[in-house]
Amino acid sequence: MGQITLQGVQKSFGPVHIIKGADLDIADGSFVVFVGPSGCGKTTLLRLIAGLEDVTGGAILIDGRNVVDVPPAKRGLSMVFQSYALYPHMSVRGNIAFGLKMAGVARDEISRKVEAAAATLNLTPYLDRKPRELSGGQRQRVAIGRAIVREPKAFLFDEPLSNLDAALRVQMRLEVTRLQKQLGTTAIYVTHDQVEAMTMADKIVVLNAGKIEQYGSPLELYEKPNNLFVAGFIGSPKMNFITGEPAHQHGAMTIGVRPEHLKVERDGQGGWHGTVSVAEHLGSDTFLYVDAGPQGMLTARYVGELGLSPGDKVSLIPESARIHRFDDGGKAIRA
Amino acid sequence: MARMVTTRHKVISTVAAWLVGFLIFFPILWMVLASFKTELEAFAIPPSFLFFHWTTENYVTVQERSDYLHHALNSIIIAGGSTLIAMLIAIPAAWSMAFSPTKRTKDVLLWMLSTKMMPPVGVLVPIYLIYRNLGLLDTRTGLVFILCLGNLPIVIWMLFTYFKEIPKDILEAARMDGATIGRELIYVLTPMAVPGLASTLLLNLILAWNEAFWTLNLSTLEAAPLTVFIASYSSPEGLFWAKLSAASTLAIAPILVLGWFSQRQLVRGLTFGAVK
Ligand SMILES: Nc1ncnc2c1ncn2[C@@H]1O[C@H](COP(=O)(O)OP(=O)(O)OP(=O)(O)O)[C@@H](O)[C@H]1O
Ligand SMILES: [Mg+2]
Repeated sequence: MGQITLQGVQKSFGPVHIIKGADLDIADGSFVVFVGPSGCGKTTLLRLIAGLEDVTGGAILIDGRNVVDVPPAKRGLSMVFQSYALYPHMSVRGNIAFGLKMAGVARDEISRKVEAAAATLNLTPYLDRKPRELSGGQRQRVAIGRAIVREPKAFLFDEPLSNLDAALRVQMRLEVTRLQKQLGTTAIYVTHDQVEAMTMADKIVVLNAGKIEQYGSPLELYEKPNNLFVAGFIGSPKMNFITGEPAHQHGAMTIGVRPEHLKVERDGQGGWHGTVSVAEHLGSDTFLYVDAGPQGMLTARYVGELGLSPGDKVSLIPESARIHRFDDGGKAIRA
Repeated sequence: MARMVTTRHKVISTVAAWLVGFLIFFPILWMVLASFKTELEAFAIPPSFLFFHWTTENYVTVQERSDYLHHALNSIIIAGGSTLIAMLIAIPAAWSMAFSPTKRTKDVLLWMLSTKMMPPVGVLVPIYLIYRNLGLLDTRTGLVFILCLGNLPIVIWMLFTYFKEIPKDILEAARMDGATIGRELIYVLTPMAVPGLASTLLLNLILAWNEAFWTLNLSTLEAAPLTVFIASYSSPEGLFWAKLSAASTLAIAPILVLGWFSQRQLVRGLTFGAVK
């Protein structure tokens, strides 16, 4: 079991409020991702759950029990650090076994579990090496091995893949997701990479300046962002925001249209007219940066190749069902 | 072309390194050589480097005139004892300052170092009087105590810098792994701190072994360590170079041997932060 609930959790460092009252319900077995810009408090919130920081206010419940006064060792969670934080003087085997040894597990059971975890993570050939004799990806695997072998109530990950190169990152992303589904253990995963967030999460928590802006499934956040911040943060390239007259026509202060929801036509009739200022050709997609006069600079995504170059005139037609409307406080207006 | 330059570069820097090494080592070598000369040859000008009349008579005389083993035992007890006590006090002190610093930690550290800036001779008279009144003059206890206090700031500073180098993440990982403070200390921190602890211990041992100000001033015979034994050869009756050299060679021999066997550990510890 690993059901985690946050009730009005607050954290201040001296006079600075970092987490300003977080409420969250994390279901057992789900994969929850914290995203947000740098410095918004993702790591802090994770460390509060881990018990590595003390809360200033509020309650953290694990399986219904308030754990704010329980030391990290007794919370039954395991954590994977960005820096891996392996024990440098212990072999891979020693690293993975350490938690079990601390829990007083019998020796033959420890070695059975360590072998099993190593096999799952393809670490068997490296069991007797020291961490400094491993590559970054292998070290990361050891850190994950150390976390899974204890069969914790939940895994806490703090940007575990950010030190890996792009290709390895994609591979590890899949492995982590597969592993979590296979074990069925609750996972909380911090990242500022929104592709990781969208692909790995059952549910995403968008944090901004110590506040939870929205909590929902990746598609919910994509389709129904609660406010301008979430709308701008989720999705790549970023959503286009248009203010002024074109927005007023839709009864809003600001309207937002995602680049992939703008239909691009050469010399088209309806919609918004503009001139291409930059065209990025990826083969599979074309990203157009269009100067659209009263609508400002707009980004459009066209699937395939359109053969446009800077200076060409285009018209951009927004899909009317996909126009997001926001009021003067930046909140979404739902029809 | 580039290859030639790098080879020449290598040769030059190797020669330079040997030269510097030899220069630093020379006084010790000279002392050892002098200890095998006769008193006359020892300060003959021009000096003879290797082609003199080798003799061991100085060592015989030194052994006859004073009890080397008695002083060596005192040195071992005083240097060893003061080092051990200093380590026992310094480890928890440096530990708490490195891992749970407060606003005043920096000030405390600086204050401790500042005591080393004062010339010891400035407090010689009061300390001498205190020792006399407490009956600590010429006792091993008294010397252990003063050397321990004198080196404590340096020991704490060194340990503090080593502990600071240990990544906090690793300690947190141990806590997440269910280690209590005690087990975190035994299984994670101590093994990681061993190089630092070892080099601090060795350096402090060397400092205490060679300490001459307090040992000379606070002891005469009973508790006198090897420093006093050496000093007795530069006496009012005259300076006996060869015998002084023989005494000094005997006095530094144990620490030299120790240093030789632990040089790897020492270098590793002293460059801990630089190379990791
Ligand atoms: N121990 C601390 N003392 C004081 N301020 C802190 C401390 N730890 C974090 N902060 C502050 O709290 C804020 C949130 O930090 P946090 O590390 O949680 O950000 P983050 O969302 O994880 O950012 P990143 O994506 O860069 O890792 C930052 O402004 C940081 O300066
Ligand atoms: Mg962070």
